Amino acid sequence: MAADIWTALFIALLAFFVGYEVISRVPVLLHTPLMSGSNFIHGIVLVGGIVALGLATNTAEEAIGFIAVVMGAMNVTGGYVVTERILAMFDRSKRPGAKP
Amino acid sequence: MTDWVSDTIDAVYVVAVLVFILGLKAMSSPVTARRGIVYAGVAMLIAVVVTFFSPGLSNFALIALGVAIGGLGGWYWARVVKMTAMPQMVAMFNGMGGGAAAAIAAVELLSTLSNQVTSGLSVAGAIIGSISIAGSMIAFLKLQGWLPSKAIVLPARQFVNIAVLIVGVGFGVSTLWTMNVVWLLPFFVLLLLYGVLLTLPIGGADMPVVIALFNALTGVAVALDGFALVNGPLGDAGYAMVIAGTLVGASGSLLTLLMAKAMNRSVGNVFFSAFGATEETGVAIKGSMKPIEATDVAAMMEYANQVIIAPGYGMAVAQAQGKVRELADLLESKGVAVKFAIHPVAGRMPGHMNVLLAEAGISYDKLFDRDEINAEFPNTDVVLVIGANDVVNPAAHRQGSPLFGMPILDVEQAKNVIVIKRGQGKGFAGIENDLFYRDNCHMLYGDAQAAVGKLVVALKQS
Repeated sequence: MAADIWTALFIALLAFFVGYEVISRVPVLLHTPLMSGSNFIHGIVLVGGIVALGLATNTAEEAIGFIAVVMGAMNVTGGYVVTERILAMFDRSKRPGAKP
Repeated sequence: MTDWVSDTIDAVYVVAVLVFILGLKAMSSPVTARRGIVYAGVAMLIAVVVTFFSPGLSNFALIALGVAIGGLGGWYWARVVKMTAMPQMVAMFNGMGGGAAAAIAAVELLSTLSNQVTSGLSVAGAIIGSISIAGSMIAFLKLQGWLPSKAIVLPARQFVNIAVLIVGVGFGVSTLWTMNVVWLLPFFVLLLLYGVLLTLPIGGADMPVVIALFNALTGVAVALDGFALVNGPLGDAGYAMVIAGTLVGASGSLLTLLMAKAMNRSVGNVFFSAFGATEETGVAIKGSMKPIEATDVAAMMEYANQVIIAPGYGMAVAQAQGKVRELADLLESKGVAVKFAIHPVAGRMPGHMNVLLAEAGISYDKLFDRDEINAEFPNTDVVLVIGANDVVNPAAHRQGSPLFGMPILDVEQAKNVIVIKRGQGKGFAGIENDLFYRDNCHMLYGDAQAAVGKLVVALKQS
């Protein structure tokens, strides 16, 4: 049982270094999309919300689980759309009047 | 049968996590960034869909309803909001993630309060998630202008904040100690209150650090929830949350440190000093602030070899980016080289100026970071400062100033500096700007959009 938590800890340790290395050279230009994009990625919390609500057995758990799902879903879609909109503006090919 | 389903779900989670990493990696170049978010979006969609097929789930109608409400709401809101409102949108959606993490932790504690280790992780996730949602909402309200953006300082702030945090965490520990869920209500109330109290004394110009930090905190809260879930019946969703949450925690922390470093302040100083609530006194500055007319500025720029534009929050407030683009195009058509100097913390979120200028269609190869452009100011004829203040304040070079040591744009070294500003007020830091009194500096008073508009008109007539 506790072994699962140790496994998760090993995974988290590696994920931390991956996260750090992967974005350590991001230019200032992309700070906003990076932040917004990582904002979208923690929207994976929706999966946890679905599991929590799906396994809920009484009204209190269902009510709070429902809140988790609504908020998680907002996080996912809102985070995605905001990031997409910001990056669309950096897309040179679709911008009128930009230098080729 | 069930094994086959679980294995498929696990495989999907593995692929989703891989694509998240690749998506983040793609964020390091403007050419690949858009592809990255689209791939990550598809991976997320598939991960969410397969979770529905997890064995043992019930409440499908409620889940579908929740996903529909939150999903459509978030989608619609993020679609219709103006680009200038992006900082508060990022804060809002980040808060939603923190809130979801806190709620999941609450369900975990209600349903499986049995093991101190697992429940302890849920308590930790609840603490961080609650602080993140409450703090993000305050940041949202400040950025939206529904709360004053300057530091709101309550009496005995430090003492009250620490007391609220300690007592709140104490209720969490009581929950674990007594294995009784009655403590959860005061626990959540106090932690949410702490998030509010923590964020109220932080002024608008420090928001880039705040938003980046709350983003990291939500990531950590999600990871902690994941830790608590891996022991449960559907543990593999927990692993996905651990990885994605930790990735965000790491990248968010790095960004937070970068932002704080750009102001030469520690993250602790940003959060606990109520910076900007007090004003510097007793420093006399020689010289005077000299107003100038738009037509004179236009003439000055027309005969310049190079003009550098340094935008700040004032440009965002006045939504002047379109006019700025017009001005830059006009100058270029007259053979003047135009560049943009971007300070990392100009505006209200990391990279704020870049986004606004990109929205106006200004090519990103004309935007230069502080380190890249500082050497060019001595060879520049005209620098146009649009609604920026503290990031160009040479007081940062003066010992004893609250700004001392902050890396700034050294615009004062240019031959002429024109500052577009609404009035004679001080910057966010409450510090007089020495720059405005320099001999080579002139003030063009007015709203950024109106003032740049006047420059455009004057240039067209000449």
